[in-house]
Amino acid sequence: MLDNQELRLRPPRHRVESRAIGWWTLQSSLFALPLPLVFGVLWLTIAPARFVFGPLFLVALVPGLLYMGVMPMWRYRVHRWEATDEAVYAASGWLWQRWRVVPLSRVQTVDMLRGPLQQLFKLSGITVTSASSAGAVKIKGLDHRTATELVEHLTRSTQAVPGDAT
Amino acid sequence: MSLDSTAPHITGGTSDGTWGRLNPRLILVNLSVVVAPLATFGATTALSGGKVTLQVLITCASFLITCLVIAGISLMRYFTTRYRITGDRVELHKGYFFRSERSVPVDRIRSVDLTANPLHRIFGLTSLKVATGHQGSASGGLSLDGLALHDATALHRQLSELRQARHGLAPADPGTDTTVAELDWAWLRYAPLTLWGVGGVFIAVGSVYRTLHEMKIDPLELGIVKDIEAHFGSVPLWYGILVTLLVLILMGVVGSTATFIEGWSGYRLDRDEPGMLRVRRGLLITRSVSIEEQRLRGVEVAEPLLLRWARGARVKAVASGLGDEDENSSRSRLTPPVPVALAREIAADVLDETVSPTTAADLAAHPRTALRRRINRALIWAALLAAPFIGLGLWLTPVLVHTGWITGVILFLIGTAFAHDAYRSLGHALHGPYLVTRAGTFTRRTVAFQRDGIIGWSITRSAFQRRAGLLTLGAATAVGNGVYKVRDVGVSDGLALAEEATPGLLAPFIERRP
Repeated sequence: MLDNQELRLRPPRHRVESRAIGWWTLQSSLFALPLPLVFGVLWLTIAPARFVFGPLFLVALVPGLLYMGVMPMWRYRVHRWEATDEAVYAASGWLWQRWRVVPLSRVQTVDMLRGPLQQLFKLSGITVTSASSAGAVKIKGLDHRTATELVEHLTRSTQAVPGDAT
Repeated sequence: MSLDSTAPHITGGTSDGTWGRLNPRLILVNLSVVVAPLATFGATTALSGGKVTLQVLITCASFLITCLVIAGISLMRYFTTRYRITGDRVELHKGYFFRSERSVPVDRIRSVDLTANPLHRIFGLTSLKVATGHQGSASGGLSLDGLALHDATALHRQLSELRQARHGLAPADPGTDTTVAELDWAWLRYAPLTLWGVGGVFIAVGSVYRTLHEMKIDPLELGIVKDIEAHFGSVPLWYGILVTLLVLILMGVVGSTATFIEGWSGYRLDRDEPGMLRVRRGLLITRSVSIEEQRLRGVEVAEPLLLRWARGARVKAVASGLGDEDENSSRSRLTPPVPVALAREIAADVLDETVSPTTAADLAAHPRTALRRRINRALIWAALLAAPFIGLGLWLTPVLVHTGWITGVILFLIGTAFAHDAYRSLGHALHGPYLVTRAGTFTRRTVAFQRDGIIGWSITRSAFQRRAGLLTLGAATAVGNGVYKVRDVGVSDGLALAEEATPGLLAPFIERRP
């Protein structure tokens, strides 16, 4: 049995592209920057209210910048993926990390998706859906070529096995 | 009026090849949505002296147009919706501008529901819903809203006969008793213990207040409230709070008892049709849910806190084809709150086991660090709730500071008690073909589901869990909520459990250190 052994998950084999760091930074800036920007403009234009907008600007800006500085690098260290002949294995997240394994025999669909920002960085994302409503396995930040090959590999392997345990 | 009354078969005509239709009375049902606003409007107009002003005319006209539009849409639906059974498929054609033709193989049908709300029942209608294995959306199934009752029962019967024929099942012997459970009014004593009653009161009070507010009546200015206020003014505050609390609890008890009576009158869980579990219940809205036993992957025994103290529990089915999360939560209910011993019996019976795996399994405890996480959580809650008092106190008066820290300490003690209870609830085990997991203190849930239904693992670790050497193991399934979690299990134990539950799946990704 597995008793007197210490088990742990090994990280999946492949890292995502390092360009993904840029993509995540840009993406987070879209969330983090508009609010401090608005406060900044208000601070510049409404002189009598500066004592309000000054602190607000800082309060909105600092966490945003921290998020932009920390999250992408952290994500890059965590996000990894691997596809064997039996299963897809992917790790994601940063503060909350998630490892997912889906056997190829249970895969229903494989989608490739490239949002406008991802295209800017020449990246692709793959979504592997199974019959579970718990959410699909998403691998984001792949090179376009790697993604295409992975999709081919997955569709080839999943066609072989019928049934989806519904 | 029961759903399986076998009225003669008149308009339906779904016997092979001929098309069946909805019932034209559905137009009346649809039109009835206008009745409530129309009545309110009529009443207000009458009260305000019944003068025909331009505003009144415009409102009348808009009501008329609404009625016409609804009638038009309903007529369109009536004329364009057709269904039939051909050999091994159910076909449904509907729509005119967006025409849809769908056919579902009888083999794929996982459950058939009949639901009738009071309006439907006044007009002798019901809606029938056929669900397939596809989870998370209605896209796989069929729904027919507004069938005449006898057509619906006939269709239901035909579908089940076809299904039995295809699965080679013998029809049930009418002599044997197929009832698994039937309503016992003694269970009514558990009804007040479902927490939602008190919440329901808050919702009701809120919506009444809002409605009155919309009607430009300030409830705080009403005579009755003024009287109470005057009365309260002369009694101490604690007395007022106590009375308010008692009234709230009383209303909660009444509310949840009423909900029980509405939801569970005429409750019966049976196997009248071989291979199908059927739940029938409801006083005003009658529901009939059939679940294919092959698709039943397990059971969940839920014990909300108060119910647990009173030794009661509810049983839910873990099965596929019960729709999305909302639908699943109401359709998967197999029993109302019942005595816990009976709940276990029913759980064992529906799974065809002698003892329910939720009771028989020897649950392994989780590491002590899981307890520490729960105590920390209690500490954070207590601190968050006490902080405003202390903050205000430092600013205003030292009395509040004392109130603050006393509140904090008391909340923390209560929280710690809950944390210990939550920790004791945690457990996991493999029991024969089942993976059993238990968690929760406010609602303790024991879930047992078949291991071969696991279609993947999802392991999550927060920053705190990583430091404490814990993980939350999620077994992805195509049934029920989609994922069943073993919370805060030790890393090594959790991975060993996952590997043992689905041999070989996780092994290539696990490292072993002696």
